[in-house]
Amino acid sequence: MSNRMKNIIVPLVAVLLGVLVGTIIMIATGYNAGAAFTALWNGAFGEIYYTGEVVRQVTPYILAGLAVAFAFRTGLFNIGVEGQLIVGWLASVWVGVAFDLPKIIHLPLAVLAAAAAGALWAFIPGLLKAKFKVHEVIVTIMMNYVALHVTNYIIRTVLSEKSDRTEMIAESSTLRSVFLEGITDYSRLHWGILIALACVFFMWFLLEKTSKGYELRAVGFNQHASEYAGMNVSKNIILSMVISGAFAGLAGAMEGLGTFGYAAIKGGFTGVGFDGIAVALLGGNGPVGIIFAALLFGSLKVGALNMPLEAGVPNELVDIIIALIVFFVAASYMIRIFIDRISKKGVK
Amino acid sequence: MEYVIEMLNIRKEFPGIVANDNITLQLKPGEIHALLGENGAGKSTLMNVLFGLYQPEKGEIKVKGKPVRITDPNVANDLGIGMVHQHFMLVDRFTVTENIILGKETTKGGKIDIKKAEKEVREISERYGLAVDPQAKISDISVGMQQRVEILKTLYRGAEILIFDEPTAVLTPQEIKELIQIMKTLIKEGKSIILITHKLKEIMEVCDRVTVIRKGVGIGTVDVSETNPNELASLMVGREVTFKTDKTESSPAQDVLEIKNLKVKDSRGLGAIKNLDLQVRAGEIVGIAGVDGNGQTELIEAITGLRKSESGSIKLNGKEIINMPPRKVTETGVGHIPQDRHKHGLVLDFPIGENMVLQTYYKSPFSKRGVLNFKEIYSKAMTLIKEFDVRTPSEFTLARALSGGNQQKAIIGREIDRDPDLLIAAQPTRGLDVGAIEYIHKRLIEQRDHGKAVLLISFELDEIMNVSDRIAVIYEGEIVAVVDPKQTTEQELGLLMAGSKRKEAGGENHV
Repeated sequence: MSNRMKNIIVPLVAVLLGVLVGTIIMIATGYNAGAAFTALWNGAFGEIYYTGEVVRQVTPYILAGLAVAFAFRTGLFNIGVEGQLIVGWLASVWVGVAFDLPKIIHLPLAVLAAAAAGALWAFIPGLLKAKFKVHEVIVTIMMNYVALHVTNYIIRTVLSEKSDRTEMIAESSTLRSVFLEGITDYSRLHWGILIALACVFFMWFLLEKTSKGYELRAVGFNQHASEYAGMNVSKNIILSMVISGAFAGLAGAMEGLGTFGYAAIKGGFTGVGFDGIAVALLGGNGPVGIIFAALLFGSLKVGALNMPLEAGVPNELVDIIIALIVFFVAASYMIRIFIDRISKKGVK
Repeated sequence: MEYVIEMLNIRKEFPGIVANDNITLQLKPGEIHALLGENGAGKSTLMNVLFGLYQPEKGEIKVKGKPVRITDPNVANDLGIGMVHQHFMLVDRFTVTENIILGKETTKGGKIDIKKAEKEVREISERYGLAVDPQAKISDISVGMQQRVEILKTLYRGAEILIFDEPTAVLTPQEIKELIQIMKTLIKEGKSIILITHKLKEIMEVCDRVTVIRKGVGIGTVDVSETNPNELASLMVGREVTFKTDKTESSPAQDVLEIKNLKVKDSRGLGAIKNLDLQVRAGEIVGIAGVDGNGQTELIEAITGLRKSESGSIKLNGKEIINMPPRKVTETGVGHIPQDRHKHGLVLDFPIGENMVLQTYYKSPFSKRGVLNFKEIYSKAMTLIKEFDVRTPSEFTLARALSGGNQQKAIIGREIDRDPDLLIAAQPTRGLDVGAIEYIHKRLIEQRDHGKAVLLISFELDEIMNVSDRIAVIYEGEIVAVVDPKQTTEQELGLLMAGSKRKEAGGENHV
């Protein structure tokens, strides 16, 4: 079996196994699995409103997935997508509330501010890795907490007067679209999906088609050979983290400028950044794979909201099923071996 | 009993290729039997069949006259067949004893009886002259010692027949001598040995008989006493091979590389290069002879910009290049065939085609305004693949999938094609078979004849003697002598390399 086929089949099998084990759990705990999965499907695609919500949810997932995948393709583990997303969210809202500009300037400015903030947040671990060989996993994890609490502080003291959220962003900086809301029965679908898809293209083009991408990939695969070939390894590590962080920051802008239109104090992480790891993994770190993986995660997330209402399945169980799917994807090595065995037998 | 092992008319197929076809190998008790073949000829496949890792499609295996089916390595172990792998299978953080008994632990009340095991290990090691410290950690002992542990592992498991898979590839000349002694002791103690190798010298030295395979087909078995290296080489490669590399007298011109008072520290901060002077002229090959670890690596890294130099001067065509970044050095006209082709020479997960532009990808015509032109890249790759006879299924095949010799040819093609004034070749033929070695030497001499300067670093004295026009001996970070290969002997070089003799460079010697 070709590698390409495997890359498609392995995630599919993982999803099926997740659903299967989820079914067993639901039956064991006395819930109607059929009704639950019907509710999940209806909750994601049953009405145009839900589909609009799915696409809205998919948008930050794509960007978070790209952030993780981009770093991964260049040999780095960016676990800090969550933190970069949070600072991106805040930066976009800050620009959104602080200025009053024509839309053609204000919206791009707010979006770019988010990318820059995320990039800056990722620049720090990149620099530490490049100059002092500090492992990026540890730094990025810790930077997540810093991001969470620093943004909360700024929202409370700088962007509001001891309130737990900022005011709404100016109309001129919003990604929301009357048109998109109209055709999806007033879901919160916004223009951000176009930005996400543009970023998918950007990542593919940068990595696969440019000489900079060649360099980034080479450094990701073999730092020694890259150094030997005259590439600047430190610079490439930093650049890779910065681009990854910019994607994460944009994911934050999707929430700040699109879905919510404000930034609120958070008791905990949004989870989108961490789910980005799973999205990248499920999507095989490839641009197209990430779109499909994000679609799956988005529909699970949105459709799951309908499971308690329509089938009486508790939310927690839904989280378990999602976790199972991620588990089986992470264990894809197991599935690969299994497929290899089967296809070998086929040859004989 | 005439034979301890008989592999009769073995055929092994993989999807698309026949790896072994009609190969017969018969091992007499108490002999060292060489299995000779080029890289990729099917030696490893045949031995994996014997060791139970593969099942043959056709053919029969007999152990001590009885037909057997070896379905997995455990069966092979039970039959007394042990394998000393080329890449050691040892747990770094375990002691020698722990590694040897792994999987065969003797226990006392649920606890490993390490005292008893150590005693056993000591007994075996004394009996076969394999001196090791049973309590030493694997990570603390030398490669040669680690290999002894591998041998002890097979003996501990009661092996009667030992398969050595290219055992000398990783050893220093001294360690090779010791290994040969060990093999002779093993034979005296009644063991039989199959030695997988492509080094003819070793075969002539220790083996009794040799079975040759070429491109998966058994060519035949000959007595070592009735053959010579030339005959073996042509049997293996399928054509005449010349050992003495043909070359005309060199006609060196101006200095291309000029190193003066170079000082470089190694990774631990200790002085690795101390006051080194060296010149390489256009149109000559200068060979650096020396025992591994005398500063060769640091010297190359300093010239190529991969390591900071403390002080001194490195001039290329009169231009100072000391402590320039690698890219600048490359662009100034230095080509570098690195010592470790996997670590430095190739990005193994890139297609071989993309590896062909590793230093030039950012330049026109491969890149325009930052966008790669894959058509140009792959057409360049195709040219080099053809010109340098890189055998690969396609230019899109990952470099990882190529054999060592073909990977090396690809690197050499890439470096020569950039037309550098100075070509540094570090161990360019390590691990390669005679056919590939011959080819690479020819290419190096061709560069010389085109008026380029070539700096050859090798631990193989044969190679240094054959290819160089001048030999500079490096010892503890200094060039201790510069000699003419026609007027020196291996003995003299050996003494110089060991630091026991110093030849003051003067007179005609151009240091």
